Amino acid sequence: MEKTTNHKAWFLVLPVLFLVAFSAVIPLMTVVNYSIQDTFGNNKFFWAGLEWFSETLASERIHDALGRQILFSAIILAIEVPLGIFIALNMPKKGIWASVCLILMALPLLIPFNVVGTIWQIFGRVDIGLLGHTLEKIGIDYNYTSDAVDAWITVVVMDVWHWTSLVALLSYAGLQSIPEAYYQAAKIDQASRWSVFRFIELPKMQGVLLIAILLRFMDSFMIYTEPFVVTGGGPGNSTTFLSIDLVKMAIGQFDLGPAAAFSIIYFLVILLVSWVFYTVMTNLDKRERV
Amino acid sequence: MTDATLAQGGSGKSKGFALPAINSSAIVMTLYLVFLLLPIYWLVNMSLKTNTEILGAFSLWPRNLTFDNYRVILTDPSWYMGYVNSLIYVVQNTVISISVALPAAYAFSRYNFMGDKHLFFWLLSNRMAPPAVFALPFFQLYSSIGLFDTHIAVALAHCLFNVPLAVWILEGFMRGVPREIDETAYIDGYSFPRFFVKIFMPLIASGIGVAAFFCFMFSWVELLLSRTLTSVDAKPIAATMTRTVSASGLDWGVLAAAGVLTIIPGALVIYFVRNYIAKGFALGRV
Repeated sequence: MEKTTNHKAWFLVLPVLFLVAFSAVIPLMTVVNYSIQDTFGNNKFFWAGLEWFSETLASERIHDALGRQILFSAIILAIEVPLGIFIALNMPKKGIWASVCLILMALPLLIPFNVVGTIWQIFGRVDIGLLGHTLEKIGIDYNYTSDAVDAWITVVVMDVWHWTSLVALLSYAGLQSIPEAYYQAAKIDQASRWSVFRFIELPKMQGVLLIAILLRFMDSFMIYTEPFVVTGGGPGNSTTFLSIDLVKMAIGQFDLGPAAAFSIIYFLVILLVSWVFYTVMTNLDKRERV
Repeated sequence: MTDATLAQGGSGKSKGFALPAINSSAIVMTLYLVFLLLPIYWLVNMSLKTNTEILGAFSLWPRNLTFDNYRVILTDPSWYMGYVNSLIYVVQNTVISISVALPAAYAFSRYNFMGDKHLFFWLLSNRMAPPAVFALPFFQLYSSIGLFDTHIAVALAHCLFNVPLAVWILEGFMRGVPREIDETAYIDGYSFPRFFVKIFMPLIASGIGVAAFFCFMFSWVELLLSRTLTSVDAKPIAATMTRTVSASGLDWGVLAAAGVLTIIPGALVIYFVRNYIAKGFALGRV
């Protein structure tokens, strides 16, 4: 659709601008403020320059948390994206079963994050949880509160449980938009199942998949509540991701300066990656419309 | 053209070919749905047991069916007020987000204006901001203006990620409405506000519904900010749950029942938007 140029459209955007400025810019300025100052208490602050930033960038604790965070995001993307596509390909196309599948699959998406944590905390317990108890009966030594590997597996499986449906639903919507004629053309060409997927379905899903990956990347990079409820960041620090570490630092230890510097770097990393995604996405949008 | 191709594609030959494929799909879907529902089943199962049964004999279904856990929650104000509080701020947030997002989305979908692309990305960037970054500044901001522990504070805080989301979703839906409709309405003498409310909003009613659903959802599932901004009067159910875990430690039955009750509102609203969920998650871009 052709858009007309009209600078008065700014007036329509003003309410959003004020609201988001209030709920984003003011708090962000507070963070910037803390990040360049130091205090000995009593609300007296003095200039600290970039000290907190250099400290944060050199801090081993944050390097470790960042490493765990990247590993976690990489693992869940590597599992959820292929699995989500696979599920979408197997979903019924129409009729009552399609609705049933849609509703049941959306269910985990609407459970409050801490309840997701609680569900898996209970589910994995060796004494009262179905999963933990069954694994113990089979003779597998499983305990997510004391073993780092088990804790990781639990957190990853929980995230797969929680969010694979999102990728599947988006891919499903992409698949639904493919006209039947494409498949018929493929059948006339005697295309194999794989080439139908590779040359028809995958290109058509490209746009939605990009959104799915963007959303999953952002949300997994900010994950806090679910692993916190299940493992509390432990055992030791093995599942302490960036947000958990940040909250520990800011509210637990009240190290405002370092926490603020940490926040800003954290935000910038997410912003940078998302900007790349966004640019690719809008270019794709444009190409499709031309 | 389609008649001929359809007749060919829909012949009996393709049916025989499709049957085994449906079966393997059914197996995959069944396995996946079992994987999704098993943990939820376990929670429901536990909420219907007594604590002695939970901790004693391991059973796949409740032997002594009891609704005591639910009775505890529904009769104790410190429990059920959590649900009321959550619902209040979620509804406030949804109303605020949608009403400011509507005109903005219209502007983005119809006009080019100075800095529109940058503004759009800036809005999106707020959806990407980790709530952990904002928890402490929000606490200080709302304390200093006397809004700490009120519903509106949480509702405003959740606007951080819900307003950009609502703008995105609505913009996607509005893009699908042809411009000619706007122009015809102006020629017919409608003023902008009257056109917007009387003609335009009914046209994108499903988009508004989807955007409202997503605002509801993300406000409902969020815990970190709502917990940080409340202490007693506006404490959400999610926070009530976490405190009970740490305080009494082992009241698993009540905890499970509270969890089950938080799933119900979501399950109810899913039904109404089932066909639009994917479109909403794709920010209106499917």
